[in-house]
Amino acid sequence: MSTATYRATGPLPAGSTGPSGVTYRTCPRSGLQFEGQAEKLMIVNAVTAVVMLLIGGILAIGVVLTRWPAVHWLAADTFYQVLTAHGIDMLIFWIIFFEVAVLYFCSSTLLRCRIATPKLAWLAYALMLIGAITNNYAVFDGGSSVMMTSYVPMMAAPSFYLGLILFAVGALIACFVFFGTLVVAKRDKTYQGSVPLVTFGAITAAIIAVFTITSGAIILIPTFLMSIGVVKSVDPLVYRTIWWAFGHSSQQINVAAHISIWYAVAAIAFGAKPMSERVSRGAFLLYIFFLQLASAHHLLADPGVSTAWKVVNTSYFMYFAVLASMIHGLTIPGAIEVAQRQKGYTKGLFEWLRKAPWGNPVFSGVFISLIGFGFLGGISGVMMGTEQLNMIIHNTIYVPGHFHATVVVGTTLSFMALTYFLIPVLFRREMIAPGLARLQPYLFGLSMYFFCLVMMGAGTLGVSRRHWDMAFSGAALAYEWPGAAYLMMGLVGIAGIAAIVGGAIYIYVTVGSLLWGKRLDRGSVSHNFTPIPPTPAGAAVQTYGSAGFAAPGTFVLAMVFLTAFVLYYFINWKYLSQVWGLS
Amino acid sequence: MSAILPPSERLWWKHPLDRVEGTWIFIALVWCLLMFVMMVGWHIYGRQNLSTETYRTNPEQFSAKTQAMVDKYTVRTETAEKIPVVHPPAGSDVYLIARLWNWWPIIELEKDKTYRLHLTSMDYNHGFSLQPTNINIQVVPGFEHVVNVTPNQSGQFSVVCNEYCGINHHTMVGRMYVK
Repeated sequence: MSTATYRATGPLPAGSTGPSGVTYRTCPRSGLQFEGQAEKLMIVNAVTAVVMLLIGGILAIGVVLTRWPAVHWLAADTFYQVLTAHGIDMLIFWIIFFEVAVLYFCSSTLLRCRIATPKLAWLAYALMLIGAITNNYAVFDGGSSVMMTSYVPMMAAPSFYLGLILFAVGALIACFVFFGTLVVAKRDKTYQGSVPLVTFGAITAAIIAVFTITSGAIILIPTFLMSIGVVKSVDPLVYRTIWWAFGHSSQQINVAAHISIWYAVAAIAFGAKPMSERVSRGAFLLYIFFLQLASAHHLLADPGVSTAWKVVNTSYFMYFAVLASMIHGLTIPGAIEVAQRQKGYTKGLFEWLRKAPWGNPVFSGVFISLIGFGFLGGISGVMMGTEQLNMIIHNTIYVPGHFHATVVVGTTLSFMALTYFLIPVLFRREMIAPGLARLQPYLFGLSMYFFCLVMMGAGTLGVSRRHWDMAFSGAALAYEWPGAAYLMMGLVGIAGIAAIVGGAIYIYVTVGSLLWGKRLDRGSVSHNFTPIPPTPAGAAVQTYGSAGFAAPGTFVLAMVFLTAFVLYYFINWKYLSQVWGLS
Repeated sequence: MSAILPPSERLWWKHPLDRVEGTWIFIALVWCLLMFVMMVGWHIYGRQNLSTETYRTNPEQFSAKTQAMVDKYTVRTETAEKIPVVHPPAGSDVYLIARLWNWWPIIELEKDKTYRLHLTSMDYNHGFSLQPTNINIQVVPGFEHVVNVTPNQSGQFSVVCNEYCGINHHTMVGRMYVK
């Protein structure tokens, strides 16, 4: 991507002067334009996210070293407390704070407009921060070791629910600030035609977020009232049904957000164009329609839910959301391949991939994330989401094996990769320790691959998730897991520690660069925005899909993926067919 | 243009598909539909499908039914706590209580016979995880889930609780025998 494409050519249109006090900075390194308030909001939300990641990462040490059977570090009560905090800090606070920064980036920065209602955006941040602190306080105070899911009738302290509700309201306001910013851009005519694909993906994430956060509020408010004695009881099955519309769907926000980041990084690192805007946007649209149904995955082993309901919902209505992910999984590397081939890397099937910038953590992070998300997270997710196969997986440690592949390898690693891009661009600092940063995606990503694999292995042998002691000490009728299960859990411990070291390097590089990195040039500041110049249509048309196979290497990779998917799918059916008959 | 810039053509939805994309979408769609058919088909031809028969219940009601079964079919007791081992006739209703922190009673079944296994919880959510065969079912308080089980191996099985239920969650292990 050349910076020239960002520079306005014509005279500024009338009305380009925003409200007084609004300033726009054009980054000399990327050409991106940052509005002052939006920039501050992005920085504050992203930094808070990293702090939450740090807390969650420290807690991960306790979780991993306790589940490693040979170490078995923490006492049971501390373990469940630490596990509760680890889940919430990582899955909710780290990710959603970062996502708010991503939403502001995809609206205000990519559309080059001011952020709508900055005061409300600060209020949103304040509510989220107070909520996160309140919830963490409740957990660390003891008495709220109820896991992230907090299934009723097991009760936590009222402040546990209150914290989550405040956070949810804040996040909801942030979503509406994002939507408002889209309106500002449209009204001020900062761009022509349709929004960029990455912004389209962010809109998908925000729409899913509104559904998700509302579901969370709907079920957590009565539960909060129950905890202070106003409501007598909340039905346990209703709770599970609605809670998962929040719990699972919040992970779908991540999917839409990190896939948008993949497209963005393909554009930033390679100047890659989407192979077809129609296909990529259509796939995002499928997410909006079908992705939410997946909260049914958590109810497949539950009583009281009909078979038809399970089958339709768990399959995202005939797997249309899986189809969408398979499309993104092809079009993103495909776009990179096309861009690389245009640069002359045309030898064989994979020269484009061999000659990719593997030393650039922005690219390597995203690519490791993409492959891991597809092969490990995607395939295992479909297994668990198949109604009958769920019975050999439900609540085993296979489940965290799956979601560490989606949320850690997929989302977290993508956010880390994006951070390396943002350090010079948004934070205006030179990155310290570039050598460590180069290594980080490999150490973190590949150790997480292994971590997920051995967790799924242990889960296939039946080992439970959220379980303090696989030796069942003190149980009258203890069960003895096979030796292989102990071996797998030992490997979980080793891989987990390696991944935590990888995470620590990310925190060190990020925080260190912010504190000690060389300050970089601000770039020119103006009171006017510079609209995005229209792209000449004629030049771009040929860049869309061409006759023949434009990305043969990617197609081969996709077929390898499909083969692995099909084989593993039927292996699981074979396994299921050997267990007790159930009808 | 680039994914972080507006599309150069206003009518981006009219752009032709690349052959790579078209082929992949077709293959992926076929696979998606096949997986859907597989799941539905297993309900017709497969032998492992989770029953959806469910009733509302409460601890008193379910305890009474379980106690009646224990009184009628206990064949011996095990461990210092004298947990009854129940051997109900094939095809009958078998009740298993999940509570903090045990599964009660111990059940003895016969191989290749089908039983109506009733599951509920007296308190929190619990997880019925039958090992080593590895069958996992959620147990929710207030709901009596009737699952038809047909053991296909004989031996000793354990019921591990795999839904977090408090500080002694790890001691919640029950037992089943198949003769």
